[in-house]
Amino acid sequence: MTATAALLSTPLTALNIQLGGKMVPFAGYAMPVQFADGVLKEHLHTREAAGLFDVSHMGQIILRPKSRRVEDAALALERLVPADVLGLKPGRQRYGIFTNQKGGILDDLMIANRGDHLFLVVNAACKAQDVAHLRAHLSDDCEIIELTDRALIALQGPDAEVALAALAPEVAGMKFMDVADVTLVGAACVVARAGYTGEDGFEISVPAGRAEALAKALLGHPRVRPIGLGARDSLRLESGLCLYGNDIDIGTTPIEASLEWAIQRVRCEGGIREAGFPGAWTILHQLKSGAPRRRVGILPAGRTPVREGTPLFTPDDNRNPVGEITSGGFGPTLSAPVAMGYVLAEYSKPPTELIAEVRGKSYPVKVAPLPFITQRYKRK
Amino acid sequence: MRKYTEDHEWIRLDGDIATIGITDHAVEQLGDIVFVELPAVGAALVKGQVAATLESVKAASDVYAPLNGEVVEVNEAIVAEPIKINQDPQSGGWFYKLRLSNPADVDALMDESAYRNLIG
Repeated sequence: MTATAALLSTPLTALNIQLGGKMVPFAGYAMPVQFADGVLKEHLHTREAAGLFDVSHMGQIILRPKSRRVEDAALALERLVPADVLGLKPGRQRYGIFTNQKGGILDDLMIANRGDHLFLVVNAACKAQDVAHLRAHLSDDCEIIELTDRALIALQGPDAEVALAALAPEVAGMKFMDVADVTLVGAACVVARAGYTGEDGFEISVPAGRAEALAKALLGHPRVRPIGLGARDSLRLESGLCLYGNDIDIGTTPIEASLEWAIQRVRCEGGIREAGFPGAWTILHQLKSGAPRRRVGILPAGRTPVREGTPLFTPDDNRNPVGEITSGGFGPTLSAPVAMGYVLAEYSKPPTELIAEVRGKSYPVKVAPLPFITQRYKRK
Repeated sequence: MRKYTEDHEWIRLDGDIATIGITDHAVEQLGDIVFVELPAVGAALVKGQVAATLESVKAASDVYAPLNGEVVEVNEAIVAEPIKINQDPQSGGWFYKLRLSNPADVDALMDESAYRNLIG
């Protein structure tokens, strides 16, 4: 009997254990935090070759328009998400945010136009709430189907293309944020050229019964190694990507979170489908006039990592914090500590110098542009 | 002979000088160590006080002084390359040396078999 016995498993849990994964509870699932290589090596391997991640704990949801017109599902989803969903072409996806009436963030997600329906990928910890939210607001227009019989595998890194193309050569023609039907190990998969590491790569939705066969086939490539959640976190942090629950939540607006790029012009003031999403007044007002605080990169000057919850001060006032770290740790690619957090708008411009207070001691840090690494997406 | 604490430190006594590090079990729990802060040479440590701080890829952890004494040497090699602690925790990855106020205090610490029983 292990401590993880009461946790949910994914279609790849048995393989994760067999591969030596150190299993920990995450969002109710037993997930590998690392394999034998350890977080540092797994991180660097993903940047240098390719890493395979089990992300099957994430939610996969289909929005099927009752009218059979995908445009109607797109317009319906735009009532909950301040993104241009209607403008998304078949075979393309984009990042979006579920907002609440106060302009806070309920979850972040990927939205794909699959031709006759929309396909969403949402965070594991939020998926039950997201499905309920969709059902409460979109049931008149869409059938909302949570796919519980599929796994999700991320293959990330500069060698992801060659490893996946060995199974299906056509994936080499996909561009960043393309989504396509691809047959892999005989299974009907949905492949997106995207990820959460800053590297080129793919996220593959695969029928549960074929997930292990697909993972084994990919791991059979000499450049592919299994990677745990520990490295997934340091990879996304270096790439400046938000972790829901840490960097964004119902208490942060998309503008405070520096996610205004996820609100396309058609949804902004003067756009043809201006507003019409929860919290639009607050969010569009902040977009125009500025938010009181902003999410920024934070680079410690020394070697001491600054972690979530660390208060930030100005060099001449150690009593009134002007910000707080929301994600922080060691960045193996930079071989230095990296962090992100919120600071009052007046201190958000790089390279503003601030002080992080760690264990009662003051450490100098600088506001830094995000991402910390050069993202290597295949845009062309 | 080595002695051990419930906080997963090992102590090797040579005369009145105790070399102190963390155990292989501790290192396994911590994961890759990326930062270490050691006490200053000359610092007087009191048993139970924070002597060193570690940051692994997962979290920060404090390392407590197992006994009273004065710091006479620290391992700068692990400050420069914290991963040395992971690679060789029981030898090359030592933390600091303490001149014990009362070397007989070591007797009260666990021996290896007691420590192995503790960690199961």
